[in-house]
Amino acid sequence: MSSEQPGGLAPANPGEGASPAYVLLHLYIAGATPNSTRAVQNLKAICTQYLPGRHELLIIDIYQQPELASQQQIIASPTLVKLWPLPVRRLIGDLSDRHKVLVALGLTPPDSAPHD
Amino acid sequence: MQDMLASSAAARPQLPKAPTGIDGLDEITEGGLPLGRPTLVCGSAGCGKTLMGVEFLVRGILNHDEPGVLMAFEETADELTANVTSLGFDLKALQAAGKLKLDHVHVDRSEIEETGEYDLEGLFIRLGYAIDSIGAKRVVLDTIEALFSGFPNQAVLRSEIRRLFRWLKDKGVTTVITAERGEGSLTRQGLEEYVSDCVILLDNRVIDQITTRRLRIVKYRGSTHGTNEYPYLITEDGISVVPVTSLKLAHEVSDEIVSSGVPALDAMFGRRGFFQGSSVLITGTAGTAKTTLAAAFAAEICRQGKRCIFFAFEESPRQLVRNMRSVGLDLAPYQEQGLLYIESSRPTLNGLEKHLVTLHKLVAEQKPAAVIIDPISNLITVGNTAEVSSMLTRLIDFLKVHNVTALFTSLISGRNVQQEMTEEGVSSLVDTWLSVRDLEGIGERNRGISILKSRGMSHSNQVREFIVTDEGIQLLEVVVGPAGIVTGAGRLTQQLQEETLALAARQEAERKDREIERRRRMLEATIDNLRTEFESVEEELRRINQEELLRQQAQLTNRQQIASSDGRPSAASPPLA
Repeated sequence: MSSEQPGGLAPANPGEGASPAYVLLHLYIAGATPNSTRAVQNLKAICTQYLPGRHELLIIDIYQQPELASQQQIIASPTLVKLWPLPVRRLIGDLSDRHKVLVALGLTPPDSAPHD
Repeated sequence: MQDMLASSAAARPQLPKAPTGIDGLDEITEGGLPLGRPTLVCGSAGCGKTLMGVEFLVRGILNHDEPGVLMAFEETADELTANVTSLGFDLKALQAAGKLKLDHVHVDRSEIEETGEYDLEGLFIRLGYAIDSIGAKRVVLDTIEALFSGFPNQAVLRSEIRRLFRWLKDKGVTTVITAERGEGSLTRQGLEEYVSDCVILLDNRVIDQITTRRLRIVKYRGSTHGTNEYPYLITEDGISVVPVTSLKLAHEVSDEIVSSGVPALDAMFGRRGFFQGSSVLITGTAGTAKTTLAAAFAAEICRQGKRCIFFAFEESPRQLVRNMRSVGLDLAPYQEQGLLYIESSRPTLNGLEKHLVTLHKLVAEQKPAAVIIDPISNLITVGNTAEVSSMLTRLIDFLKVHNVTALFTSLISGRNVQQEMTEEGVSSLVDTWLSVRDLEGIGERNRGISILKSRGMSHSNQVREFIVTDEGIQLLEVVVGPAGIVTGAGRLTQQLQEETLALAARQEAERKDREIERRRRMLEATIDNLRTEFESVEEELRRINQEELLRQQAQLTNRQQIASSDGRPSAASPPLA
């Protein structure tokens, strides 16, 4: 359990603070359901806006790889797993609550308002 | 038992069912759980919900070759495997054989953040994948409500769980869902019971410090089912449900007779013994040789080369064997031959149901001709009267169905000797009822045995006194005194009196004989006298005759002499030479 961060800027716990240098994300979706599609769109928008060049995103369709769902303990769909920086966080839902997503990813929201 | 089910089910087409293979459960569900539909098993902690689920899967694989999926929300695969190993379920081997799939679903609220709309498709996919990969026919979800602790959005969960049930039905898998019992409702969420086609409620109750587990079928769509609460047990072989009473009174009966082991007692029965497969009750106060009578019966069964199981709730096997040796009943050889099996345990060791299951198991294993329980009255210490009574009803039914002769002893209260009611109220269930009691007289107690009832044969109405000797039990001959049958010292007195009377009568007879002899002799003497007298008279007469003849001759001679003399008028007289 290394607590060292790449760049050493972000604290271990998410929330207010400096943005992490690098974010590793896995998004598990279930085919082309509306929720899944929305989640992909929302996540891509967040990454482009807040993490340009600092993230790695892997989108996994659990219909295609059902064994992964079991291995990764996926229950809800869509599920976003933030693998890095630690701690690992799981976000379920279509990621439309941008404020929550940003906080969970350890990114500073643009302002104190919940979301735009 | 399955034959009985088959015969009752044959009448009409029935809902297709998946046999659980769980001892007794198929009997009360009349064939098993609804095939291809979800069944809810709910109950509080420690009821064996998970175990029931696992057993359902394992039995399905072993008995019906139906692969199964176990989705565990609370225990990991390793924990589950370890927990059921002691029951002889080897989940690892079943998994390796591709018959079983374990999937642990880890739900942790702290890791989960809701960020918008979602569904539980991940769960569906996992489950679908597990089912398809092994061709599963059976699924267990243990315990699905764990999801509620992980996902805050109740509305989504409820609709998703509904969808899951629908989806499982469409898949055609027979599903068991377990759930914790809620306050005032069957489940905490009040959801599963409405979407399940069958609901089985498990209950764990402590009454008078004794735990009894009970099972009830709350609902079963499209099928009749047993509605009672059925006790069940978690035994070393898994769950065992004991139907309260066997379903019908339709068992085969035997016309064979078995001896009681006491020949004189047999003689009191019209058919010289008990019917094979009947139930015999021996009631009596303390120390009336109930156990000895029971042991005599056991020895008789074994002597004929049949098996006998002796449940001793008061004595250890060695103690029983030793004690019975003192009355000339040597049980040890039968034990060695494996004919006699003595099972000793304190009644309080187990709940009633456990005793019943032990008995079921032993009967199934040993196939005995007779079972003895000594005494049933001790069972009252582990249950209330109603429970003991119901247990004994089940027991008697069970033994009758298996054509096993049952002999029970029961201690009755000594305060009221005439009390002919057993506390367990089983006296009406048994076929033959023997009563042994103390016949207490002045300064002594004697044992008396009588037959209170004997279904299907005539029997003696006498109270027979019996003694326990070095050679076993002996019934004494009936002695009738002026005021009825007498026993003990009264019997001896009566016998002495009778002997005295007999002696007097004999002496009287002898005296009369002597009198006759004397008379005869007197008569004979008189006859002799008369004869002598007659002879003397006869002789006298003869002598007189003789004399007369001589005199006449002499006269004639004289006359002739006179005639022959000259000129004498008496010329007619011959002349003298």
